[in-house]
Amino acid sequence: MAFPVAAPQFDSMRLLASVRRFARWLTSTHVLLSLIMLVVMFYMVIIPVYRMVETTLTWQPHDLTREPGAKVGAFTLFHYARMLTGTFGKLYLYTPLAHSMTIAIGATLLALVIGGSLAWLVVRTDMPGRKLINQLAVIPYIMPSWTLAQAWLVFFKGRLSGGTPGVLEWLTGQSPPAWLSYGPVPIIICSALHYYTFFFLFVSAALMSIDSNLEEAGELAGASRWRILRKITLPLVLPAILSGFIMTFSKVLGTFGGPNILGTPVRYYVVATMIRGSMGVGDKADAFVLAIVLVLFSMTIIRLNQRLVGTRKSYETIGGRGFVAQVNKLGAMKRPMMIGAIVFQIMVIVVPLGLLIWSTLMLKDGNYSLSNLSLQHWIGPRNTIYNHGEPGVLLNPKIWKTAWNSIRLSLWTAFFTALLGIILGYAIVKGRGTRLSKWVEQLAFVPYIVPGIAFGAVYIAMFIKPLGPIPALYGTFALLVVVSVAKHIPYSSRSGVSAMMQVGRELEEAGQIAGASTWRRFRRLIFPLTSSGFVAGFLLTFITTMRELSLIILLVTPQTQVLASQTMFYTENGDGQMANAVILILIALVAIGHFIISRFRGGSLKKGLGM
Amino acid sequence: MSTTITIRNLTKRFGTVVAVNNINLSIEPGAFLTLLGPSGCGKTTLLRCLAGLEDPDGGEIYIGEKLVFAYDQGISLPPGQRELGLVFQNYALWPHMTVRQNMAFALEIQKLPKDEIAQRIEESLAEVQMAGYAERYPREMSGGQQQRIALARMLAYRPKVFLMDEPLSNLDARLRMDMRAELKHLHHVAGATTVYVTHDQVEALTMSSQIAVMKEGVLQQLDTPGHVYHYPANLFVADFIGNPKVNLLKGMASDHALDLGQFQIEMDTTGAPRDVVVAVRPEDVTISTQPAPGAVEFTAYSVLPSGADSTIVAQRGEVEVTVKVMGISTINLDDKIWLTFDPKSLNLYDEQSGNLVVSRK
Repeated sequence: MAFPVAAPQFDSMRLLASVRRFARWLTSTHVLLSLIMLVVMFYMVIIPVYRMVETTLTWQPHDLTREPGAKVGAFTLFHYARMLTGTFGKLYLYTPLAHSMTIAIGATLLALVIGGSLAWLVVRTDMPGRKLINQLAVIPYIMPSWTLAQAWLVFFKGRLSGGTPGVLEWLTGQSPPAWLSYGPVPIIICSALHYYTFFFLFVSAALMSIDSNLEEAGELAGASRWRILRKITLPLVLPAILSGFIMTFSKVLGTFGGPNILGTPVRYYVVATMIRGSMGVGDKADAFVLAIVLVLFSMTIIRLNQRLVGTRKSYETIGGRGFVAQVNKLGAMKRPMMIGAIVFQIMVIVVPLGLLIWSTLMLKDGNYSLSNLSLQHWIGPRNTIYNHGEPGVLLNPKIWKTAWNSIRLSLWTAFFTALLGIILGYAIVKGRGTRLSKWVEQLAFVPYIVPGIAFGAVYIAMFIKPLGPIPALYGTFALLVVVSVAKHIPYSSRSGVSAMMQVGRELEEAGQIAGASTWRRFRRLIFPLTSSGFVAGFLLTFITTMRELSLIILLVTPQTQVLASQTMFYTENGDGQMANAVILILIALVAIGHFIISRFRGGSLKKGLGM
Repeated sequence: MSTTITIRNLTKRFGTVVAVNNINLSIEPGAFLTLLGPSGCGKTTLLRCLAGLEDPDGGEIYIGEKLVFAYDQGISLPPGQRELGLVFQNYALWPHMTVRQNMAFALEIQKLPKDEIAQRIEESLAEVQMAGYAERYPREMSGGQQQRIALARMLAYRPKVFLMDEPLSNLDARLRMDMRAELKHLHHVAGATTVYVTHDQVEALTMSSQIAVMKEGVLQQLDTPGHVYHYPANLFVADFIGNPKVNLLKGMASDHALDLGQFQIEMDTTGAPRDVVVAVRPEDVTISTQPAPGAVEFTAYSVLPSGADSTIVAQRGEVEVTVKVMGISTINLDDKIWLTFDPKSLNLYDEQSGNLVVSRK
């Protein structure tokens, strides 16, 4: 009963059919959204990266002082030759790069040890107070990354490193050795104590999802506990460790705050601080060369890491649930372990905050006597003796404006990022298996490998002039929002994908059958069903934007100053106590924001990270 | 209210896999057509093409007089304009809406007046015996109840065509039996043309007016349940339909006899090639504990009583035959038994092509 195929009579009819089919493909929701996302990301990611590379390969106006004969805009390898060779290369690139690597590797490993063992204690042992530890472990991540660096200085600075005495010197009368006050050791420790949260979250999620039958099988086979941990548990959480590793490494590599506070004063430069330096004296191209090197480095590390673990071994450990995890009995070690964990938490949360508060209450820095206590830095009137004549932070209209900028920036960024996340998640999940979906997913990953400071640097080059439909954004508040949203794309797509995965495709198809338009399906079905994913993305982005420094330090102007950059300017100005007060305000705002947002369904950091 | 469905040369590919291969189907108004086949045979894909959720790579689909899909003209109506309803395998009730909101969704799109929406919801809920559940959320109901609501949601907007994608597969065995009867009754009352997808041949046999058996995207047979059961068009269909499975025995056909190696059956084999496969349903074999004329001696290998009937697996050399008898069998394992094969109940298949060459009388 085969019907003859109705042969198209005219070529024009065949053409018309193809045009209709193409139009239908183009207007199908996920294709359209994918294409829109590709255009958006093209503007936000590809063009900036292209501009950056272009700048390094052409003569810049600034170069005329060095090469009077150069033609601005013409091709040259001058910047690469300058930055990659000779004493200049050594001074500007190789030494800072070695420093960056030292810090990144050191901090990542230390963070792994801390976060991994805390996760194991919380998930897999009978240690008392596990719930409390679990909650406290996220707090360092909520604080700005350089909080610890500031607190470190309050405690460890001293005469030997050329400054007012810190708490330690005041207590002992001895100045701590210079290597303990400034340089790589404190930078590594402070960074690790901030970023261990990544490992803690990833590893504890992985540990929670491992079926303890796997470990029990090992036990039945007669393996010792250590052997089981080494041979069964560790390989199973390896992908989680890897995720944490990549995340932490690329973050530390591009981080600016800690090294600027603890490194720059003793001329311990890293690439991030070098980029700012070059940028500051107008050598944009030089700064971009450094940024490109940094990007290449973090790309290599990520590749290497993926190669090392391999796809064959990347078992899906995250996402499963419902297993009853076997609990390791700590026995006599129970109490010491708990006390250790709690003391650790106090050391990284309570002590630094206490030190910061104390420092802001001292009228003159370094004088720890009770008579020196004062509220001058908080509510004191304008006085030229203190802080270059600025009034206390709470009476300072500049700080109020800055705080408002911070809140505004974080809310806008969080909103757009979470929205973009849902749309990206939709485009990627609905198109699973198509080339388009793969492109969207891969392009969304690009900002991940560009360290924050480099990303910020790129955006200076862009948007100085109008670009296509986009007006010149340099110096505007909108630019800060754009760059923050762009940098968050990898995270938002990740959490958006995991939110969309929870929504079965037939839920939307049922809407299609019912005759709902695309907009109606989004409004009535997709958005409500992914609302908890939206809140999670919103929370994560709000927190990270609030305390983001590396990304925007190069982009802020006096008009668009935010709290995070304000602390850095105070520090550099020698008004460390004002800086500490501003940090405390910042932390308070983040905590309040966190509290409010996590009231909504889905408001959890873990979810925001796509777990 | 019911309508015809005509599918012509429909083809759908996923990469290099041909999920639906040049399918032609005409479905009568009010028919209950079941697409039957093992998983991966393309039955769900065909249903999704019909619904407009997949874009086929060739062919045409008419629903009634309306051309809803034509590859050569580049036409494809969106699902909402095809006037059909679909019950999904996992129901696809929107978890953030109450039963009422779930059911009103499509009706609001159709811009029906409020009181009519309310009335239709009440009616449909009553039809599936779920009156009073309108304010529940899906997660507050059992699987069987969600199933009924999914049905009611479809009934409420009164589509011309019902599509159902394995709607009973998530229910437990007992509930499934009940729902079969209800679905059949609902179809009878509504009279809408129904296309039903299942891999459960019992479901297909009990509910359908027509069965389309599919394998690897190709339509194997389209017939009434009785014909599909008694005259399977090829070995695949014969093997797939029936529980316990049909006996398939290799043999050689001569003029008036069939040589099955261990024994012979006298029958007219006109039209059969030399190498054949004999198909005989377990219930068509008679069993006796005494030797009888024409009966072949076997040994009872296994006896499986299940209440209303018993299944006996008999062996003779390498030949194994499954027999179904009424009631609880008293035969013991290793007993000698005698089987009689009625030549009129045998289907002969060409061993090479697998096609039916001599059908039962």
